[in-house]
Amino acid sequence: MENQTFTISVYSENNVGLLNRISGIFLKRHINILSLNVSESEIENVSRFVIVVHTTEKWVQNIVGQIEKQIEVIKAFYHIDEETIFLENALFKIESGLLFDEKLIQNIIKESNSEIVTVSRDFFVISKSGRRSDIEELYNKLKPFGIMQFVRSGRISVSKEKMEISTLLEELKNK
Amino acid sequence: MGTKKISGAEAVIRCLLEEGVDLVYGYPGGAIMPVYDELYKFKDQLHHVLVRHEQGATHAAQGFARATGKVGVAIATSGPGATNLVTGIADAQIDSTPMVCITGQVGKHLLGSDAFQETDIIGISTPVTKWNYQITEASEIPEIMAKAFYIARSGRPGPVLVDITKNAQFDEFEFSYKKCTGIRSYNPKPTLNIEKVKEAAELINKAKKPFIVFGQGIILGQAEELLKAFVEKSGIPAAWTILGLSALPTEYPLNVGMLGMHGNYAPNILTNECDVLIALGMRFDDRVTGNLETYAKQAKVIHFEIDAAEIDKNVKTEVAVLADVKEALAALLPFIENNAHESWHNEFKELYKIELEAVINDELKPKKEGISMGETIEMINKHSKGDAIMVSDVGQHQMFTCRYAKFNSTKSNVTSGGLGTMGFALPAAIGAKMGMPDREVVAIIGDGGFQMTIQELGTIFQTKVPVKIVILNNEFLGMVRQWQQLFFDRRYASTEMTNPNFVAIAEGYYIKAKKVTKREDLDAAVAEMMASKESYFLEVMVEKENNVFPMIPTGASVSDIRLS
Repeated sequence: MENQTFTISVYSENNVGLLNRISGIFLKRHINILSLNVSESEIENVSRFVIVVHTTEKWVQNIVGQIEKQIEVIKAFYHIDEETIFLENALFKIESGLLFDEKLIQNIIKESNSEIVTVSRDFFVISKSGRRSDIEELYNKLKPFGIMQFVRSGRISVSKEKMEISTLLEELKNK
Repeated sequence: MGTKKISGAEAVIRCLLEEGVDLVYGYPGGAIMPVYDELYKFKDQLHHVLVRHEQGATHAAQGFARATGKVGVAIATSGPGATNLVTGIADAQIDSTPMVCITGQVGKHLLGSDAFQETDIIGISTPVTKWNYQITEASEIPEIMAKAFYIARSGRPGPVLVDITKNAQFDEFEFSYKKCTGIRSYNPKPTLNIEKVKEAAELINKAKKPFIVFGQGIILGQAEELLKAFVEKSGIPAAWTILGLSALPTEYPLNVGMLGMHGNYAPNILTNECDVLIALGMRFDDRVTGNLETYAKQAKVIHFEIDAAEIDKNVKTEVAVLADVKEALAALLPFIENNAHESWHNEFKELYKIELEAVINDELKPKKEGISMGETIEMINKHSKGDAIMVSDVGQHQMFTCRYAKFNSTKSNVTSGGLGTMGFALPAAIGAKMGMPDREVVAIIGDGGFQMTIQELGTIFQTKVPVKIVILNNEFLGMVRQWQQLFFDRRYASTEMTNPNFVAIAEGYYIKAKKVTKREDLDAAVAEMMASKESYFLEVMVEKENNVFPMIPTGASVSDIRLS
C-alpha cells in the first residue's frame, strides 16, 4: 500500500489529557504528525482536532479506530486531500524599510493575495492563507529580501461530505 | 435540608461502597493517608489487604477480577507507589481486565513543582489505561469515581486510574452519589446489526469445514452457555486462545484444543485448511496467528467483536459482527442449521493422535528420570478433578498449565496473556482466592517469576489466605533457555538460576512447605497440598532442559507448527 497524505478529523469532549492520549497513538506506530490543529468546533463544548499524516490507508484506518476508542472521542474521520477543503496560514515579519525601498516587494504582496496585518517603524507583517505550495512560493519570493521571522500554522480543513456530528450527539443524548 | 458535609477521603470510601466493593488491595503512603484514615474507620464494611509491593496490589486486583468478573481495586500513594502500579495496569489493559486504581497525589498547589513523591502518573499511565483522570477538587470525586467504575466494567473492560490530590482528600463537600449509566462520547455496546448476523449464519451453514476460534470475550461477555449451544447445534470444532481457556469445559467433546504458539497441533494446522473461520471475542494476537501473510488465507473470516478497533486490525474479515458477543450469539443461534461435521472432526482427531504420540505421552508419562512439568499438572488434575482455579505465571510452566490443566467451569484459568508479566501469579492467586473463597486456587509458578513478587508470601502469611503455591523449579528461565537452545545455538546467556532454599523462605513466612525431587513422591505431596485447609507451598524439582512443544517459531505460519 502506498503512502498518502490523510487529514484526520477528531470530534471530542474538551479534555485536558486527551491530546496526550491521541498523540501517543501516533507515537506507538512511529507515525510523524505533519500538522496538528485543535480548536472549537461548530458544536458548543466540542473540540475539533485536525491532524495531517503521511502514511498508508491501512494504518490510517487502524489509527482512526484507536482514536475513536478513546472515551472522550465522539467521532473520528479520515479524508484524502481531494475530499476536503483545506488551508494553512503563515505570517512573515519583514523589515519596514524594504516596503518603501523595494518596489518589487509591493508587487509580490499584491500578486500573492496576501494581507499586510501591521506596519510599524521597524517592521511590517504579512499574513498569507492558502495551500502549502502558495505559502512556499511566497516564502521563496520574499527570502532574497531577508525575512526577520516566519511562522506557518497547522492545516485546518472541512470535509466536502457531511460529518453529522450534531445528529450523532442528539442520538447519544436520547439513548 | 442540607446534606452533611464529608471529606473527599471519606467520599472515596463511600463511592467504593456504592459500587459494591468490599475488598481492596493497596499500600499506604504520604499522599494517600487521608484515604487510609477513612479505611481504618470503615474497616467493617471495606476490607483492605496490605500487599508487600504495589505491583502485587494490581495483580491481586486482576486475579480477583478475572476469577469473579467484578472490578478489582488497587490503592497506592503518589510517586513510587503510583509508578509501581504501572506493570499491573499495562497487564490489565492488554488482557481487558476491569480494574480501578486509586492513587494519591501531592496537593494541587504543589502540582508541577517536583514536590516530594510527585510524579505525573496521568502522563505515565495514559498509554496503558482505558481512561484516567486527576481529581483536584473534592466535589469531583463522586462523578469521577462513578465514571471510573462504569468505564472499567463496560464494553471491552480495562483499567482506569484515578489520581486524587491530597487537598481533594482533605476538603469537605456535600456528598451525593449517582451511578454512571452512560457517557455521550462512549458507546460500550454497539447496536447489533441483524443483517450481519444473517450473513454470518449463511456462511456458517454453507461451510464444509467451518472452525470456531474463541477468546476471552466469551468469558467477559458471559456467553459461555450460548457458545456451548452454538457449538452443539452447528457441530463445529472449537478451539480456544489462552485467555479463552475454561470458557468451555476442557473435556467437552467438540473442543479441539488450544490455538497459537504452543497450542495443539490440529487446531493450528487446520486453521489453514478451514473454509470459514468464526472468531468469537478474540483479537488475532500474533501469538495466535503466527505470520499473518499465511494465516487462514483460504478461509472466509467472520469476526464477532465488541471493540470496533479490533475489526480488520490484523485479519481482514468477510463478515464483521460488531456487538456484545452474548447478544450476537443469541441472535445467531436460530439461524444455525443442525450439523455434525463428522469427517471434518476426524481430521482433528487424526492430527491429535500424531501430537499425542509425538509430544503428549512423553510429557504426561515421561520415560526420563526427571519429573516433567506436564506430569505435575496432570497430578494436580487428578486431585483437583478439574475444579480448581489455576493461576499461572509466565514461561514454560504457563504453557504446560494451559496445555494440560483440566477445567470444568469458566473463569478458572487466570494468567498473564498479552503482556506476559513474570511475577503475576503469586499476587493474582491471592486475589482469585479472596474473590472465590469456596474454590481451590492453585498458583503454578516458575523459579524465575516466583522471585519477582516473592514478597507477597508476606501477604499470604498475614491474611492467612489459603492459596496453594506450586513452584516448578528447573533452575532456569526455562522459556528463554528453550529459545536459546533452538534459535541461539545453546548460548545460555543469563538464564541459569542459582536459587535459594525456597522451602526455608516459605517456612520463614510460616507457610507449610515441601519439596519434591522424585517422581514417586509427587502423588502424595500433591494430595497433601490439595487436602490442606491452609496455604501450602510445594516446590517440584523438574527436568532442567525440557522444552514446550508443539511450537510455532516466531514469524512462521501456524501450519508450520513443530512437534520437536
